[in-house]
Amino acid sequence: MTAPIEDFAVAARRELANEQLRANLRNATGTIREKRARVVGEVPDWEELRDAGRAIKEDVLARLDDYLLEFEAAVTAAGGQVHWARDGAEANAVVARVAHAHGATEVVKVKSLTTDEIGLNEALTEEGIQAIETDLAELILQLDGDWSSHILVPAIHRNRHEIRELFARTIAPGLDSSEPRDLAEASRLYLRERFLSAKVGVSGANFGVAETGTLCVVESEGNGRMCTTLPAVLVTILGIEKLVPTFADLEVFLQLLPRSSTGERMNPYTSLWTGTTDEDGPQELHVVLLDNGRTRVLRDEVGRSALHCIRCSACLNVCPVYSRTGGHAYGSVYPGPIGAILTPQLIGIENAASLPFASTLCGACYEVCPVKIDIPNVLLHLRAAAVRAKASQRERAVMRLAGWVFGSRRRFGLAQRAGRLAQRPFVRAGSIRRAPGPLSAWTKTRDLKAVARQSFRDWWAGR
Amino acid sequence: MGRALSARQEILERIGRIQRAGSPPSSRGYRRSGTLDAEQRVELFCERAGDYRADVHRVPAAGLADTIAAMCGERRAGIVAAPAGVPAEWRSPRLPFASAAGLTPAELDQLDGVVTGCTVAIAETGTIVLTAGAREGRRALTLVPDLHICVVQTDQIVELVPEALARIEELVREERRPVTMISGPSATSDIELSRVEGVHGPRDLVVLVVDRGP
Repeated sequence: MTAPIEDFAVAARRELANEQLRANLRNATGTIREKRARVVGEVPDWEELRDAGRAIKEDVLARLDDYLLEFEAAVTAAGGQVHWARDGAEANAVVARVAHAHGATEVVKVKSLTTDEIGLNEALTEEGIQAIETDLAELILQLDGDWSSHILVPAIHRNRHEIRELFARTIAPGLDSSEPRDLAEASRLYLRERFLSAKVGVSGANFGVAETGTLCVVESEGNGRMCTTLPAVLVTILGIEKLVPTFADLEVFLQLLPRSSTGERMNPYTSLWTGTTDEDGPQELHVVLLDNGRTRVLRDEVGRSALHCIRCSACLNVCPVYSRTGGHAYGSVYPGPIGAILTPQLIGIENAASLPFASTLCGACYEVCPVKIDIPNVLLHLRAAAVRAKASQRERAVMRLAGWVFGSRRRFGLAQRAGRLAQRPFVRAGSIRRAPGPLSAWTKTRDLKAVARQSFRDWWAGR
Repeated sequence: MGRALSARQEILERIGRIQRAGSPPSSRGYRRSGTLDAEQRVELFCERAGDYRADVHRVPAAGLADTIAAMCGERRAGIVAAPAGVPAEWRSPRLPFASAAGLTPAELDQLDGVVTGCTVAIAETGTIVLTAGAREGRRALTLVPDLHICVVQTDQIVELVPEALARIEELVREERRPVTMISGPSATSDIELSRVEGVHGPRDLVVLVVDRGP
């Protein structure tokens, strides 16, 4: 059903060869790291907010079925229609059905990772419906047939000159400035007509409030407000883990998210809507509750904390691996440390076995996570699972043998003696530069210290 | 419909089968009420709203209508709309407001600007909060025109995010009002993370902070 993604080490090596990408990433992640640190530093109760965020998310997962039913009832009472989708295909079908019902061949879209995850745009294309991305970065990627490399700034790997060339080729013939202001203006002009004429809008949501049925979109450009207020029909797709129990719980996340994400005290626009409102915004609201692997993640007692994620992307910016390889190496719409624990669980560890190893376990991600997901711990947990899931038994057999040898002093002593003999042809000046056979993988990038002529125990005994 | 129903059942069953720990004790150690006095609150709000390039002015209640008309004039905004509930003291004969009722998106696009009030404002984050009240109008009104002048009365300013949400909670719960929180003009940092004000929402946000008159 799900295809395995490319091995991280292979993909990373290719990405690292792109010097432009590395320069763009270094600038971007550095800037945003500093901004975040500054605005987080000025909040005296940041740790208390993190604790609250984590506690709320734990509660949501502990009572997820209750909250989903409460949310469904509240949305319905407020005039919305709720759909449930086991997988991406079911969710995509709902959107297509709604668009067809209104004779729409075009829908305007707010940036949404969830819809990227389920390949909504491609599915709609097959149905003869064009999905227009309206977030500036998403538009850039869509025009170029590229895909996101960062949760918050998806086109982080592109610089202004590349974007000018792209716009001149597509939406703004003759554009000759690569000033960000002029590039933003070009997208404003191009998209405005589409906003004004669109019949159907499609969005994700940052939060859904179980108690009131309220949906929340947090954004900067105003494209989110456009898509959720101007079209007569709105479809919002929501991963089932995105709920919060009460309206008041938003007070925690609306503080944690913008400071962690863009490094702002508050993002320019936050929209909250509850069902439909007479003479204000869409008169028809569809809400799709999406599973697509989330209940599988929930089954894992350790791994389920990945579902606490509020998609701020702070962990990407501080990660020594991400900030060099960029997002594409992770082979998924969820890159970086959070992607390394979320993707393998969503699509199955056997399909993304290399991702839990795409980390130095330095712990910086845990430190900045606004909902305190212990990412290094989940990585270790998934590494164990990846080894267990391996088709090849060779590594496991070797490890079992090693365990048996190390388990007894006598066997260990014999092994040392055997090693001393076996290493002879390879030792030069006390170290092994190139080991034979499969062991050569170890010495490809480092020397191996030779087994000493006399062990400490032997020396002690013969003293 | 049959399939939709079974997706619902299946997801709920998948969740129901999973062993889960009980809910953790709730954790509410963060600040839920501020410590600043009224004047400090107003000053902080002005500073923070200004940080994100909103054009913030403290103005006297007397002559507010003229101030608003002058602000529009400076920006060459000739066609300016306001929701029906905007009070007479905000309306100048020099600049009669267009009615905002019933305009289509294309008609809203013809407006140069819009004048509204707000429900509450947050000092710590420099945010104004609209809840589609009589002085605020529907959501599209403050979105499509390029200039938004928002009148904030000093007694509407709270210090913290939780205090603001507490003020609007009943409006959402009882009346299902839509809410728009605005912090500065629309912006993007999508190109090399350099901030550009003004993408799709109003590029010009003017905040007039007014002491509540006698």
